[in-house]
Amino acid sequence: MKSSLQKFKESYFLYSFKRDKVAMASFIAILIFIALAITAPWIAPMNPYDSNNIDIMNSEIAPSWTKGGQADFPLGTDNMGRDMLSTMLYGLRTSIMIGIGAVSLQALIGIFMGLSAGYLGGKTDAILMRIADIQFSFPYLMLAILVGAIFQIVFGISRYEQLAVPLLILIIGFAEWPMYARTIRASVMREKNKEYVEAAKVIGLSKPVIMVRHVLPNSLTSLMVISTIQIANAVMSEAALSFLGLGMPVTMPSLGSLIRSGFDYIFSGSWWITVFPGILLILFVLAINLLGDWLRDVLNPKLYKD
Amino acid sequence: MSHLLEIHDLEVKFALRTGDIIAIDGVDLTLDRGETLGLVGESGAGKSVTGFSIINLISKPGYISKGKILFNGDEISSYPDKKMREIRGNKISMIFQDPMMTLNPVFTIGTQMIETLLAHKNISKKEATKIALEKLKKVQIPSPGTRLNQYPHELSGGMRQRIIIAIALITDPQIIIADEPTTALDVTIQAEIMDLLQELCETDNMALILITHDLAVVSQVTEKIAVMYAGKIIESGLTHEVISNPKHPYTIGLINSIPGSTKPGEKLQQIPGMMPTLSEIPSGCAFNPRCTEKKEICETIIPEPKKTDSGSIVSCHMR
Amino acid sequence: MFAFIIRRTLQAIMVMLVISLIGFSIKSNIGDPVRDLVGERVTPAERAAIADKLGLNDPFFIQYTRFVKNVLHGDFGTSLIYRKPCLEVILKHAPATIELVLGAALIIILISLPLGVFSALKPKHLFSRFIMGFSTLGVSIPVFLTAIMFIYLFAVTLGWLPSYGRGETVDIFNNGYWNSGFLTIDGLKHLVLPCISLASIMLPLYIRLIRSEMMEVLETEYIKYAWAKGLSPKRIWLVHAFKNTLLPVVTVFGLQIGIMFAFTILTETVFQWQGMGFMFLEAIQRADISLLIAYLVVVASVFVLVNTLVDIFYGFINPTVRIAGTK
Repeated sequence: MKSSLQKFKESYFLYSFKRDKVAMASFIAILIFIALAITAPWIAPMNPYDSNNIDIMNSEIAPSWTKGGQADFPLGTDNMGRDMLSTMLYGLRTSIMIGIGAVSLQALIGIFMGLSAGYLGGKTDAILMRIADIQFSFPYLMLAILVGAIFQIVFGISRYEQLAVPLLILIIGFAEWPMYARTIRASVMREKNKEYVEAAKVIGLSKPVIMVRHVLPNSLTSLMVISTIQIANAVMSEAALSFLGLGMPVTMPSLGSLIRSGFDYIFSGSWWITVFPGILLILFVLAINLLGDWLRDVLNPKLYKD
Repeated sequence: MSHLLEIHDLEVKFALRTGDIIAIDGVDLTLDRGETLGLVGESGAGKSVTGFSIINLISKPGYISKGKILFNGDEISSYPDKKMREIRGNKISMIFQDPMMTLNPVFTIGTQMIETLLAHKNISKKEATKIALEKLKKVQIPSPGTRLNQYPHELSGGMRQRIIIAIALITDPQIIIADEPTTALDVTIQAEIMDLLQELCETDNMALILITHDLAVVSQVTEKIAVMYAGKIIESGLTHEVISNPKHPYTIGLINSIPGSTKPGEKLQQIPGMMPTLSEIPSGCAFNPRCTEKKEICETIIPEPKKTDSGSIVSCHMR
Repeated sequence: MFAFIIRRTLQAIMVMLVISLIGFSIKSNIGDPVRDLVGERVTPAERAAIADKLGLNDPFFIQYTRFVKNVLHGDFGTSLIYRKPCLEVILKHAPATIELVLGAALIIILISLPLGVFSALKPKHLFSRFIMGFSTLGVSIPVFLTAIMFIYLFAVTLGWLPSYGRGETVDIFNNGYWNSGFLTIDGLKHLVLPCISLASIMLPLYIRLIRSEMMEVLETEYIKYAWAKGLSPKRIWLVHAFKNTLLPVVTVFGLQIGIMFAFTILTETVFQWQGMGFMFLEAIQRADISLLIAYLVVVASVFVLVNTLVDIFYGFINPTVRIAGTK
């Protein structure tokens, strides 16, 4: 019964996916971006992390099709003389890595908190949800910036830059877990009183087992919807932090820190250092948001009601 | 002299992605001044849609695809929206099913009463308040003065339905269409509301169209009755005639399933099966799969309405 | 209603206590009040003496109570970079940020209300589709990138508008605190790009929110009933449906004002806007812990205050909440 329902959902899912050109296009775009990010070390013309490849004499070369451009650097070079295309590919890699890492952490904390709150109920529920509420009322970006700032002062700038990737994952992960916790709790509350959970109780399964094996799978649709939105948010947060100088250092730039370093040169006319990574960032986030919109429309539990 | 309301060959379709489906199929009805008509049927038979068609307010994606509706001889079904608004809530009022959902939660009772008057009559706010108060007294609401400043959620369901009746009365309409006005209420209050409605229509000589699935209520309140099944009127006539001498097998089944029509201790009779959904109405007579008197002809030819000896009109090959 | 206000206020105070505790723990662990006070050039013995005098060796709880007491008196300590009381520094930077948020909020309200309502009323209209498409694009562009693009286009390339700073301001109260850019042409010109950039990130969200809330309301029984009463479309849409739409929108708007403040940090950085966000970043770069914590506590208080007020206001315009509060 359950598997046939699952199949129906999948087929409907697939059917509407095939019909929606925007959803297909954005999904393909995301796959391409991820492929580019994974293969960056092999497909990038040069390694921007290796200082042997960098010649300061090559700094601020315009894109190859404009005046003063060189064929070696199709999208020009940045202020340190790195090939823009290669640096952007590596930057995309870093941005995606941090985005996915942070969302995984969010999901981990959020699901644990949400399951505990929803299933144990009573005081645990009240306290955990109170914490989530309070944190929720505080803008996540503000929180991320504050925590980032404190970390940077505690560790010192150079140590912070070395540890940037794990620290950013930690910061963004902790800043937005309540989103997951709330969603999970809501679906747990919904599922909790259904017959199959009662049945599981009767045959003597323990609470944690019921939660993880029976309740969690039924929350998967809502998890999928928020995860897409959260990845877009996390990538944007990372870019914002890096832009403020609280994220990836210029030597190992993410898209955000590339934009930041380009901003200083925009007044002198070197627009490409900002514009290209900017476009890449927008396209990536846009693709995720479009797919997220579509997912929300298709999986919206409201639509199943009648 | 024309009738107050005439519905001729009304057809309503719902435009769905898979194609149009017919919700109302050739309905004819007449109503005279001060007359009460009961529109009876199971849910989904099309009685509410018929009611909403009269004021041209069918929910999307429904639309009137054929036929006409005459009000005092004017073809209101072809009125543009602006002209139709002068009829709605003014000459023809409506009472909705669920009083808990009908009133806007963020406006006071007074505001919601007065705005109806101001939309239709050229009077001052003060005069409108006076009329509102008068109508609240008429529906026998205790301390009507304070009600004007209260919000809907401060009142009980029965009280709210009285207020909705008061709003329906406020412009002294010629017709009130009541769509299941008591279904959402407690049983004890249902009778009170029904009595009130009947009494008000009588004293003010208003026509009433009572849409309900409850034959018992119709038999007590209305003079005329029309029984609907799958978008068609299958039997109509004077209420006492149809109730005491039903012709159509469906009507007979309905009457037999009323508690009280069988002796205590006996099992209630039921019509077997369910009404078909609009998208899969059987060929011939729509009732044929559930009918106890089914013949071959019922599966192929749609029965035409015909007059019976008792004066009621019935659509059945067997009569 | 009264009980509801009391309950909400108590809750707000609790939250503030928790935040002050966090703030204080950070301060007592990584801050160095002795250095803030006298700088680096003192002997260890002198430092110890000052630390003792400042009560830095007292138990944590006593220090915390003292911190709360000081904060309640408006004393957040001295800023390392400005060499002035933190509160004064913040108050002097606040008007710039408030004007930025105000300008952006004004733009958001003026644009999102008509667009949201229109796209709800005519969802299939070409313009509505355009609005929706544009809003998806809008949420995908980081606010600092919008700001940079605006600068490049309108300031660097076209030269229509200034690219940084607040321009000519007027000291409204003649006490050096509130310098307003709203009163001069130059000041207004400087406000345009930062305000639009800040508004751009929230605008799509509000258009979507207003649209979906309004569409939901339009499907309700009471709206159908309003049609049956023969009311004009204008009254049904702009009075009946709109007021019901506004309730959730007002709540979200109140909550999101906090997020706007977070985004001012980015906007102010790009436009070198001398507001709280700019000051905050300066404090980070130069490790001015006292100022950081003061900022944290002040901003948190503003959030909590706004949240509480929005809740109470919501209670006033939504009668059902009011009743729940009195029970």
